[in-house]
Amino acid sequence: MTAAAQRVRQPGETVVRVGPVSGRVRWRAVGVAAGAAVAAVLLAAVSMGRGDFPIGLADVLRTLAGLGDETQELVVWQLRAPRVVVGALVGVALGVAGALFQTFARNPLASPDVLGISQGASAGAVAAIVLGGPAGSGLVAGAGVPLAALVGALTTGLLLLLLAWRRGLDGYRLVLVGIALWAVASALVDWMLTRAAVQDAASAYVWITGSLNARTWSEAVPLLVALAVLLPAALACGRALGAVQFGDDTARGLGVRLVPIQASVVLVAVGLTAAAVAAAGPIAYVALVVPQVAVRLAGGPRPPLVASGLLGAVLVVGADLLTRTVLPQALPVGVLTAAVGAPYLLWLLVRGRRRSTL
Amino acid sequence: MTLDAVTSTRPRDGTVRLAAESVSLAYDDRVVVRDLDLQLADGSFTAIVGPNGCGKSTLLRALGRLLRPVSGQVLLDGRAIARTPTREVARVLGLLPQTPVAPEGLTVGDLVARGRHPHQSWLRQWSRDDEAAVAEALVWTDMADLADRPVDELSGGQRQRAWISMALAQGTDLLLLDEPTTYLDLSHQIDVLELVARLHAERGRTVVVVLHDLNLAARYAQRLVAMDGGALVASGSPHEVLTEQLLAEVFDLEARVVPDPVVGSPMVVPVRRIR
Amino acid sequence: MSATTDAAVRRPGTAAPAAAGRGLLRRRRARLLLLLLLVLVAAAAALSVAVGSRGIGPGAVWQALTDPGARTEETVIIRELRVPRTAVGLMAGLSLGVAGALAQGHTRNPLGDPGLLGVTAGASLGVVLAIHLLGVGTPAGYVWFAFAGALVGTVLVFTLGSAGRGGASPVTLALAGAALSALFYALVRAVLVSDTDSLDAFRFWVVGSLAGRGPDVAWQVAPFVAAGLVLALLNAPALDLLGLGDDVARGLGQRVWPARLVGLGAVTLLCGAATAACGPIAFVGLVVPHVVRAFTGPAHRWLVPGSGLLGAALLLLADVVGRVVARPGELQVGIVLALLGAPFFIALIRRRRLAAT
Repeated sequence: MTAAAQRVRQPGETVVRVGPVSGRVRWRAVGVAAGAAVAAVLLAAVSMGRGDFPIGLADVLRTLAGLGDETQELVVWQLRAPRVVVGALVGVALGVAGALFQTFARNPLASPDVLGISQGASAGAVAAIVLGGPAGSGLVAGAGVPLAALVGALTTGLLLLLLAWRRGLDGYRLVLVGIALWAVASALVDWMLTRAAVQDAASAYVWITGSLNARTWSEAVPLLVALAVLLPAALACGRALGAVQFGDDTARGLGVRLVPIQASVVLVAVGLTAAAVAAAGPIAYVALVVPQVAVRLAGGPRPPLVASGLLGAVLVVGADLLTRTVLPQALPVGVLTAAVGAPYLLWLLVRGRRRSTL
Repeated sequence: MTLDAVTSTRPRDGTVRLAAESVSLAYDDRVVVRDLDLQLADGSFTAIVGPNGCGKSTLLRALGRLLRPVSGQVLLDGRAIARTPTREVARVLGLLPQTPVAPEGLTVGDLVARGRHPHQSWLRQWSRDDEAAVAEALVWTDMADLADRPVDELSGGQRQRAWISMALAQGTDLLLLDEPTTYLDLSHQIDVLELVARLHAERGRTVVVVLHDLNLAARYAQRLVAMDGGALVASGSPHEVLTEQLLAEVFDLEARVVPDPVVGSPMVVPVRRIR
Repeated sequence: MSATTDAAVRRPGTAAPAAAGRGLLRRRRARLLLLLLLVLVAAAAALSVAVGSRGIGPGAVWQALTDPGARTEETVIIRELRVPRTAVGLMAGLSLGVAGALAQGHTRNPLGDPGLLGVTAGASLGVVLAIHLLGVGTPAGYVWFAFAGALVGTVLVFTLGSAGRGGASPVTLALAGAALSALFYALVRAVLVSDTDSLDAFRFWVVGSLAGRGPDVAWQVAPFVAAGLVLALLNAPALDLLGLGDDVARGLGQRVWPARLVGLGAVTLLCGAATAACGPIAFVGLVVPHVVRAFTGPAHRWLVPGSGLLGAALLLLADVVGRVVARPGELQVGIVLALLGAPFFIALIRRRRLAAT
């Protein structure tokens, strides 16, 4: 290796070349991602062991490997695994979606919560709950609410894309249009809540807070399928995002075909959000806080996609575990994600290691 | 109607107007300028030169009381600038930071009018002096016809003229400019510096300007101050400062210094960079 | 001020160029705009008093306002329901418009919205705690708690946002605001998902409404609105200088931090009072200054009062619309404003060439 090549490399970075494949590995980001992955798996295993029928960590792992007894099989696989899997996948989806939006808009506040997509999903779900007849009956009890949420999220996302599109997408305009959509959706939600019977309003309120209660494989499987498609797409977009971050002119200068990249980044992020929200409701602030935490832990110029996703899973699964074990009453997980994530972001701010824009 | 607001009536007797006394400057913990002394005489035209990162803009900010020294002090007319009310300072000393940005839609006329702020109060918001000073500044900088245009729609050269016009309307004896020629093409660089030189020659302003271009600095300024690594390394007339030895030491540049064929000021012709 | 300007410009033979005449035109236009807005506010207030779910003829309205002796059911409705409601709407609209203009000026950010700085979240938490812990249940009862919450919220956001090494920058402030809002809303939700009675009361506050705001609410918030407006007007000239950047402003003799503190104090008073009086109302503070700026340019001398007047007119008209479209019930003013404001805001965004921050 020549001295000049040595100088090009950043500290803490290794070049990997295998045949025609080559790339640069930043060890700090890899470490953060690996740590988050381990933490997520451990938390998930602990979480599957806790409940009215406690199972030890070793037994949980054995059951997952197919070696548990019949009762353990039932409790772990049928009752607890779906909830934990939904939580982890929702965390991944929201973390990645937040990282995509924040990088694209070059704005740390750009997240599905602020851009109105979560609120759009809430409007759909609340409409289904409030207008769908008495609580727990018919359409509402079945696929109605998740479907309505999905429709709400996708409609808002497409509106966002269409209304912000003007000879390409400007990150700033995206945020502004998103705030407008957020306000409309919020107004609709608030208004429907005032019109509803109070029991309906209460169950709608739990839903819009984001909850993992009573999630089964029928929520987990569609989410898994959606992520199998969307996550590779997100990672493919991620590479071009590094160039987009410099601003439109520079990106063009670096040979990035801007318009298709912009559209696909937003569509993928909207899709991830919609899938997550349909499964568990708009679990608050995961998409806003997690990428900011990830970028501060991993260093680098922008939120890392993989680490953001895995940290999202840690946050959601961990918060769910807390609600079910430590707290005196079972709060929806969305209360905890905000209550845990927000102070952490504040602490990072006060410590003030970074004061840059992303 | 008199134009006192624009024309400096002070006699030029060479007294020290602005001085740095063993000033050290730092951002957070990073010390940028250490123990520096500098005196600026009334009616002088001084250019501060030096390589990137030598602390010249930082020094200018301290001279304009935008940055408080961690030790030492800056004296304006013999009085500690840090203890002088900022509005009083603003009637004597005007400054223009590097590439200032005007809010969207602000017109040239409004921008120049804002230069009158130090002379205004709640009762006296728009006096005849203000009116006259703004009109005069606009005419003098050749911006009168553009007074109604938004600043953000102007070309780079016009924009810089507009800002200088604002500083002129402020009607101060001293004027500090931080790289006023940044991003301008050569003819507009000359245009801006000619304007500043006329301010000095015809209006009697004491001018301190941070400049990148050594040849332009040598042509327009009476005095050059060279900085390197946060310290003052040379000060004097362009002929005294711009020597081949100093260029080698401060700029790592092997160069010939020849007389400028137009005005005779020293002119740097680079040969190569010394590693 | 104006007389001097006019005389100086019209005097023949002075150096005042033609451009100053055009600048004068702009000042005339701004003055005309303020006058028009004043008329609009008066008309909106008149409508707000005259129109309601119960049809009352103009004669009875006039009698109620002018004849203190008259005591019919109709005059009581006018005096004790509609007039206080109109007064609250007027103050809230004024406050939100002015607060928006100040917030955008101080953050040098067209997105600057008081809601982002913890006011709304703090007020919400205050109200929820008042309902849940103390059983408060009337708009007048909410006012002090909402106001206290708003104050706590903004103070915390500014303390935390400027605690880092770099001091307060618009980005750290926005992040601190978002993080703290997240925390406050988490507490709000923790209460509401476990206490249906509190949700039942809170859902009618959070929607943003003027319904049921009586004279007690009007008198509670009036001193804060007045103080906030005075501070805002004092702050306007400083904002013009801060708009040129902190360095230039200081070069022109403006002390930056005192000006900023006064401005943010005014924003907190105004926005806190408005939120306390009628619940969170989006869009007035965000949109109104943009509209006014299109006419007046960026001079805060005109922009601040103009935004206040347009805000008041907008809020009152939206309230009237909400009373008319859903008879015999009414659509809350917060909903009407969001539904009307959002499309307008999007159109504004699409029309303008937006400079990225």
